Amino acid sequence: MANAAAHAEHHNPTGIRRWLFSTNHKDIGTLYLIEAIFAGVLGGLFSAAMRAELAEPGVQFFHSAHAFNAVATAHGVIMIFFMIMPALIGGFGNWFVPLMIGAPDMAFPRMNNVSYWFLVAALILLVVSMFVPGDAEGTGFAGGWTIYPPLSSKAGQPGPAMDCVIFALHLAGASSILGAINFITTILNMRAPGMTLHKMPLFVWSILVTAFLLLLALPVLAGAITMLLTDRNFGTTFFDPQGGGDPLLFQHLFWFFGHPEVYILVLPAFGVISQVISTFSKKPVFGYLGMAYAMVAIDAIGFVVWAHHMYTVGMSFPAQAYFMVATMVIAVPTGIKVFSWIATMWGGSIEFRTPMLWAIGFIFLFTIGGVTGVVISNAGVDRSLHDTYYVIAHFHYTMSLGATFGIFCAWYYWFPKMTGYSYSEFLGKLHFWLTFIGVNLVFFPQHFLGLSGMPRRIVDYPDAFAGWNMVSSIGAAISTVGMFVFLYTIAEAFMRKRRAADNPWGVGATTLEWTVSSPPPFHTFETLPRIK
Amino acid sequence: MKKAKKKTGAKTRTSGKVIPPLAPRTYLLNRHQAVALSCAVFAVAMVGAAYAAVPLYNWFCRTTGFGGTPLVAEEAPSAPISRKITVRFDGNVAGGLPWTFGPDQSSVTINIGQTTLFHYTAKSFSRTETEGIASYNVSPPEAAGYFNKLQCFCFTNQKLGPGEKMDMPVVFFVDPAIDKDPQFRSLDTITLSYTFFPARKPANSVSAVEGNKLR
Repeated sequence: MANAAAHAEHHNPTGIRRWLFSTNHKDIGTLYLIEAIFAGVLGGLFSAAMRAELAEPGVQFFHSAHAFNAVATAHGVIMIFFMIMPALIGGFGNWFVPLMIGAPDMAFPRMNNVSYWFLVAALILLVVSMFVPGDAEGTGFAGGWTIYPPLSSKAGQPGPAMDCVIFALHLAGASSILGAINFITTILNMRAPGMTLHKMPLFVWSILVTAFLLLLALPVLAGAITMLLTDRNFGTTFFDPQGGGDPLLFQHLFWFFGHPEVYILVLPAFGVISQVISTFSKKPVFGYLGMAYAMVAIDAIGFVVWAHHMYTVGMSFPAQAYFMVATMVIAVPTGIKVFSWIATMWGGSIEFRTPMLWAIGFIFLFTIGGVTGVVISNAGVDRSLHDTYYVIAHFHYTMSLGATFGIFCAWYYWFPKMTGYSYSEFLGKLHFWLTFIGVNLVFFPQHFLGLSGMPRRIVDYPDAFAGWNMVSSIGAAISTVGMFVFLYTIAEAFMRKRRAADNPWGVGATTLEWTVSSPPPFHTFETLPRIK
Repeated sequence: MKKAKKKTGAKTRTSGKVIPPLAPRTYLLNRHQAVALSCAVFAVAMVGAAYAAVPLYNWFCRTTGFGGTPLVAEEAPSAPISRKITVRFDGNVAGGLPWTFGPDQSSVTINIGQTTLFHYTAKSFSRTETEGIASYNVSPPEAAGYFNKLQCFCFTNQKLGPGEKMDMPVVFFVDPAIDKDPQFRSLDTITLSYTFFPARKPANSVSAVEGNKLR
């Protein structure tokens, strides 16, 4: 009897045992999602503050240009490393990869726990960095998320803020690498009998490809920032011309990581969109193998295009021409994905539930971001648009509107499964429309600002740019309201406690997670399902 | 799976005795550990590759002249050609080194392929002995692959006593192969620039030593 109780406790831990020492993939996924929501609200408030400052010319809201740049830097780092990655990879990846392949848990549950707490420690370090001295102007690191030396060297940022940022990135990187190893092992070794690689749901494919990207790209960032750290503190001169180094080397290393990183951010969203489009069109996804291998192709090409971020550093013509062509080639597999989603919807019996709205919003916005990407991949065009608001608009259309729409899409798709409660369809749709209108108002005018030459990362601007900046700031206010509607939607669902069905989406939802109860039991698939 | 079972069953019946089950094979690592270990080795190798980029980048620039790194030649070319080119000279000093430094003339016009001797002059206005090392670059960067130096003060540390003035010769030529490169059909000027930095004490930094050696 006592034995049985101990056994039950081991299997259903509570309190600190359950949440701090958690080894259950669903609990760790939940922790990741909570962290991502927290970081997303923080980063979202930072962007609201920046738009408040930029609503009118002059410096009104921030007490100094340094403070503005420090907040802009923190916004970038938080959104990339502590919001999008933890939500899509750590959160939904942990929750649904084992469920979708019919595995009882991740391959290394304890390592999964370590990955999560590394990330929390990294976030704390990053927040601490904002309160310790950066340079003579104030606290926090203000050199942008790309941390280029010499601005990030001892000469540019003598204070400890930059060192905190480096350690935060080290920890976040270690967390992601461990997570990637865990996902690769789980997906390669723990698929249920009959679940071949070519039968895996596309979300699992997207996480597998992303895990390989992480494994290749993040160690290079780790190497580069370690060199930066020793340059700053131990007298090495990797990036210091005075000792034979070259600051340009940092840019090469950084973008060798940085470009695949943007695919790390968006590929899992691609996976989510494929599941959702197929579910709500009640059709299997069009061109399954093409979809899977398009992601592999994006992965491979993504590693050989990095210098398109560096056209203005004085590269030779042949190098610019190569990076230009290689970059444009990425539009081919991306096009395969976009057209396959449209073909999946074609002739389907489409139901416009909340997740489907987000998915269609994603396709629309990501395509706009992709098109402006092809525009600035031209070295000649980039010469005039480099570091302007056009670039800001471009990557926010792919990240802030693309990847983030993917996250909300996944959230509304799997929320009933994860919590067992239904959210209010009205509130979900209100959140969608507020966000859709808001972010388009924020970022579309920024194309015009960029084309007329407004440079990024500056607290003030000439009066000539005033009009569209005001429009952009109004959009930011609308999407901030959307963010609070999102939080209210969650609270409402938990207060009303409407029970969700095991499969609330009907015949279109064919993947394994819909065969278990909502919410799933603490342990799933103790006897492995067989896939025909 | 089912078929295999049937087969063994049949075999058991015909032979009339029970086949003992195979002893489980033992591996050093289980399946999960093997995959995880290969991933970890891969990740560590990528960190190593990031560091290897430093010497590789250096080697690549020196052999191809990429990014405006002039080449170091062992011997002069056989014969100059008739096309003329102007070589402009620039010299400056980075902060922290109490020197003045500059070319004796702003430019020379020479035949392509002609080995040329040119002089820079450095003067210290320090009260103590100072040591500097020069880095150099060629513009346009793409032409660096054709700009060869036979002798240069920039390969080693230069020491100047208090108030000392020193003549610093450079011997260079422009490779006649540049004439055949369509990129440089209309090129008539190449600029060579030097910047003197204070030399680091060798014991102070590993990388500084490496930097000198690489020059």
